[in-house]
Amino acid sequence: MQHSPDFQLQCPIPLSDYPRVTLAHGGGGKLTHQLIAEMFAPMFDNEFLRARHDGAVLPMDGERIAFTTDSHVIQPLFFPGGDIGSLAVYGTVNDLAMCGARPLYLSLSLIIEEGLPMQTLWKVVQSIKTACERAGVKIVAGDTKVIERQNGDELFINTSGVGVIEHNLDIRPGAIHIGDRIIINGDLGLHGIAVLAQRQGLEFETTIDSDCAPLNGLVGELLRADISIHCMRDLTRGGLAGALVEIAGTAKKHISIDETKITVREDVQGACEILGFDPLFVANEGRFVLFLPPDETEKALAVMHKHPLGAGAAVIGLVDEGAPGVAARNDFGGSRVVEMFSGEQLPRIC
Amino acid sequence: MKFVDEYRNADAVKRGIEKIGAAVRRPWSIMEICGGQTHAFLRYGIDELLPPEITLLHGPGCPVCVTPLEKIDRAIRLAARPEVILCSFGDMVRVPGSSEDLLAVKARGGDVRIIYSPVDALKIAGRHPDKEVVFFAIGFETTAPANALAVLKAKQKSVSNFSLLCSQVRVPPAMEAILASPLNKVDGFLAAGHVCSVMGYHEYHAISKKYNTPIVATGFEPLDLVQGLLACVLQLEGGRCVVENQYARSVTEQGNAAAQQLMHEVFQVTDQKWRGIGVIPHSGLALRPEFSAFDAEKKFHLQDYIVHEPEACISGLVLQGLKKPPDCPHFSGRCTPEHPMGATMVSSEGACAAYYKYKK
Repeated sequence: MQHSPDFQLQCPIPLSDYPRVTLAHGGGGKLTHQLIAEMFAPMFDNEFLRARHDGAVLPMDGERIAFTTDSHVIQPLFFPGGDIGSLAVYGTVNDLAMCGARPLYLSLSLIIEEGLPMQTLWKVVQSIKTACERAGVKIVAGDTKVIERQNGDELFINTSGVGVIEHNLDIRPGAIHIGDRIIINGDLGLHGIAVLAQRQGLEFETTIDSDCAPLNGLVGELLRADISIHCMRDLTRGGLAGALVEIAGTAKKHISIDETKITVREDVQGACEILGFDPLFVANEGRFVLFLPPDETEKALAVMHKHPLGAGAAVIGLVDEGAPGVAARNDFGGSRVVEMFSGEQLPRIC
Repeated sequence: MKFVDEYRNADAVKRGIEKIGAAVRRPWSIMEICGGQTHAFLRYGIDELLPPEITLLHGPGCPVCVTPLEKIDRAIRLAARPEVILCSFGDMVRVPGSSEDLLAVKARGGDVRIIYSPVDALKIAGRHPDKEVVFFAIGFETTAPANALAVLKAKQKSVSNFSLLCSQVRVPPAMEAILASPLNKVDGFLAAGHVCSVMGYHEYHAISKKYNTPIVATGFEPLDLVQGLLACVLQLEGGRCVVENQYARSVTEQGNAAAQQLMHEVFQVTDQKWRGIGVIPHSGLALRPEFSAFDAEKKFHLQDYIVHEPEACISGLVLQGLKKPPDCPHFSGRCTPEHPMGATMVSSEGACAAYYKYKK
């Protein structure tokens, strides 16, 4: 569909495709990106949004701060290894950390469905407090709204956060270079499988706990060690694949990953086999990728291996010559294109 | 992981491919029946490592792809009814009907639920006695036994608000239809290991003999596929045509008798429409008359709702191995996973989706 630049009264997303918002528009895959690229980004276009980062890095009297926001709509509210409260804190803390910032202050907005048990709300609030203490941040503003009852079990949380940037590095997707190595801080897929198992009542031989954790401590160690970080991105809804495809697209660079270097726990792999999921696309809440020059990888790995959230850190790929995109190599000498998912990753029939 | 890692061993796969290279002298076209096998070939890049004499043809074994358009439109009609809860396997909800998919109906307020087992749909029916719960029962012989079990349980418990929208298909008649076509290009088959786990492979002897075609029951991991291909090539080069079983860790000649008994009790063989291909005689499974109370198409009077398929999509030719996805003028242009023209592009097991995902 063609538009003249000064006439955009018509909705830029072809109505014939989806006259209404579907769940797939919020899945973090291609439809989410279509919404952002065709509706939000052009409408609010500015130099900060154009960085396509996890948060905005803003100049402030010669200093820089990072600012971000994140909403959480997870069901069930409680799952092995976490809950919506800890997720809401760590999600925003991690987005700030990915900007290279030290997270300081969070706002907390609760949208509560009429009928939610007070005990449930209390448990979530306690969890938020514990998560804030662990991440070293303060809740400094808040808001509460109640919506009309449907099932009486919904709770939505939005947190916004501010952090300070205390170094001179330029950390963003556009700053990656050819030759950069890519490090990941651990194994994949724990959060996505933990939540799905809880939501669907799937039972495995072991309990799979979400990896939900604040990454600012580990990132702080890397910054203190003077590692020349070019980019960081936490692996959330779209998994490793979604994060790398986004970065490759923003930086207009080619990324090659070696699938044999990526760790997936056996029980997670088993669940993925049953459900027909590819671990590269499964959600995480405590994993991130780090882009840095090749001669700094050893130093970075040494720092990460000393930290509990970086014990499984490994180099999994690099930025190389080629058309923008992501390719995954396997043991067989074959390679495949890694694409973003179209909608939500859906369990297969067989 | 046991039973997975050893079948993804790169050295063993490379040795197997070398053996195929040493054995092959003439060009052969070999069809893998199942969409899961197609994806494994492309995901691991094995198609690129094979000698040039081998052409892989991608078969019709994706249950989502072959579900006819009118069944999807019927499911969408049902889901739009306020009294209906429509339960479906996950990958069916994004398959486009004539004008929209089930996710769009859900966005308009339709109660569409993704479930993992038809028995879960029955549980939902128990929890919502004021609603009509319909399970979209698509699939091959692999899913039919579980569908049968749900219907039997519903009958035993006298659950009256539960029914199936059936689009169940059988593999052997489809293989025969492909081989009987004057345009047939298939020299040998890798039969779908999971279907054979349920049904065994005794039905294939007659087909192999009648059409002089080797059939090898084959698994889904890289080494399975390479071993299946090797067995097929050795037969073709040696001028033999028999049924072999590569997937012996799961498949026996007679298959799973209990599962077959369940299917037989609840379903009977019927002619069945395949999306993009048309009607194949005896290729479907319908509810027996004594279970007709659980037939959603009868319950909601949907039999006369007929939908014709658009002509631009060549998925029928792709499913028969007559065309490859990139042969389509619309592939990755007008037709993408976001805007699929046919189900082979949208299903995670569809050949067009596999090419788009791994090869584009």
